[in-house]
Amino acid sequence: MNYWPLLGVAVIIIGFALRLNAVPVVVCAALVSGLLAGRPLPDVVALLGTSFASSRMLLLFVLTLPAVGLLEHAGLREHAQQWIGRLRGLTLARLLIAYLLLREGLAMLGLTGIAGAAQTVRPLLAPMSEAAAEKINPGLSDAERDELRAVAAATDNIGRFFGEDVFIALGAVLLIQGFYAQHGIDLTPLSIALWALPTAMVAFVIQSVRVWLFQRRLAHHAREG
Amino acid sequence: MLRIEYVYQLIAAFLLFSAYCNLRDRQLARATFWLLLGLLFAGGDFVLAQQKAGHLWPAQAAGCMVIALALLAPLLRRRSHPEGSSSSARLASASRLGHKLFMPALLIPLVTLLVALLGAHLAIGGMALFASRQMTLTGLALACVVALIATARVARAPLHQGLAEGRRLLDAIGWAALLPLLLAALGEVFTQSGVGSAIATLAGRLLPEGNAFLCLLLFALGMLLFTVIMGNAFAAFPVMMAGIGLPWLIQRYGATPAILGSMGMLCGYCGTLLTPMAADFNLVPAALLELRNPYGVIRAQAWSAIGIFIANFVILWLLVFR
Repeated sequence: MNYWPLLGVAVIIIGFALRLNAVPVVVCAALVSGLLAGRPLPDVVALLGTSFASSRMLLLFVLTLPAVGLLEHAGLREHAQQWIGRLRGLTLARLLIAYLLLREGLAMLGLTGIAGAAQTVRPLLAPMSEAAAEKINPGLSDAERDELRAVAAATDNIGRFFGEDVFIALGAVLLIQGFYAQHGIDLTPLSIALWALPTAMVAFVIQSVRVWLFQRRLAHHAREG
Repeated sequence: MLRIEYVYQLIAAFLLFSAYCNLRDRQLARATFWLLLGLLFAGGDFVLAQQKAGHLWPAQAAGCMVIALALLAPLLRRRSHPEGSSSSARLASASRLGHKLFMPALLIPLVTLLVALLGAHLAIGGMALFASRQMTLTGLALACVVALIATARVARAPLHQGLAEGRRLLDAIGWAALLPLLLAALGEVFTQSGVGSAIATLAGRLLPEGNAFLCLLLFALGMLLFTVIMGNAFAAFPVMMAGIGLPWLIQRYGATPAILGSMGMLCGYCGTLLTPMAADFNLVPAALLELRNPYGVIRAQAWSAIGIFIANFVILWLLVFR
């Protein structure tokens, strides 16, 4: 067993720990791992090129930017904030928990691509959350505003992740089924997907409680002044 | 027929447009950065086709361009452009347009949803409208174009202003936009260099004899840590299953395969919430939301991830050896 390629992992850990620019760190780690595995340099460079070309769909979110940018220019955030500000019963926790429920439910139906940081969090959920939080404390500090946006993004991630595994025709379940099939164990996708349900419910409860605690902390800070 | 390849060309066009704008503003490093990335997107299908045909040079050229991007990235200062409009102008526009502003924003998820649900049945003259591969992503791209046109009509603004606003946001995100692709490429290089099997062998050496609980704990922690390293639970799953799950937990201790597979994968998902390596979920949102701390999203979800991991492990342990 050749353990030397593990040094690529060390490059990543050191790079992220020293807070160096992540782009050269990642490319360096790829070159180090590839070379230490005994591949010649031209091969490693070619592998880097083809792997990059095959993961291009990960930049798809940039296509949302023109529409989102123009909407923000026309006052989308301001309108979302005014509207949420007028809705009396809509607290921050209720807004985020309702979004979590919707996101997790849609992911369970396999609809993961329709929401996300670029599609829904930046243009809609983040400004709405800010408006809901300003009802608790009109003078949010910059640090609190940052944390609030981060909580909105986290809620989106958690809803997506733990709903996705319940859907039978998506990556995770098919990967599990495929692995077992290769090793002579035949399972239906449904029998795998069902066992993701308990954790999906736990994830919903845990994130809801944390959102509620966050709201309580904001209210506490507002009272302390 | 609408195919994902056209979407890549559309992204390339937008990147080249951003490069041109930056060139006009004499931002040379930034212009070169978006230019190289645009060329990589436009030429990506050629690279993959040539590699299948056995010609390596396009792939090597693409690899060299990726290295050039890495050298350029530290030169790009995170700089947000001044907003194109004053906040009072935006407020006035917001009260004038009202709920009409939500319509284009909701079109993005709505059109994507329609394509995902109905795309397989749409055909013009017997030819399918959408290629079945990556249909949801093609739908998302179509939705972005539809939403841009709708926004331009609602706000009575020209389309090119949308492109200019998009370029402003792209510049604000900067090199962080590149990380998801690079980390996915790194995962592939790690896999091909045998990093996975090295970790599985190391984990196997730590394996305690005759204790099913500790073995399960090692498997769950291994899924978590390996996902943190690779940024993707899908890369961790086959390695940990082949190393510990299948030979020990299933064949030796009689674990139920469906439960072990499903909940083992979820241990990995908890790792995804904790790692900067999953850049598209953790670092890109932080850049999109203009957080000052690039690890802000990870910090916000860390305790949720740890809580879910513990709960998931306990449920797994109670169910899997029935």
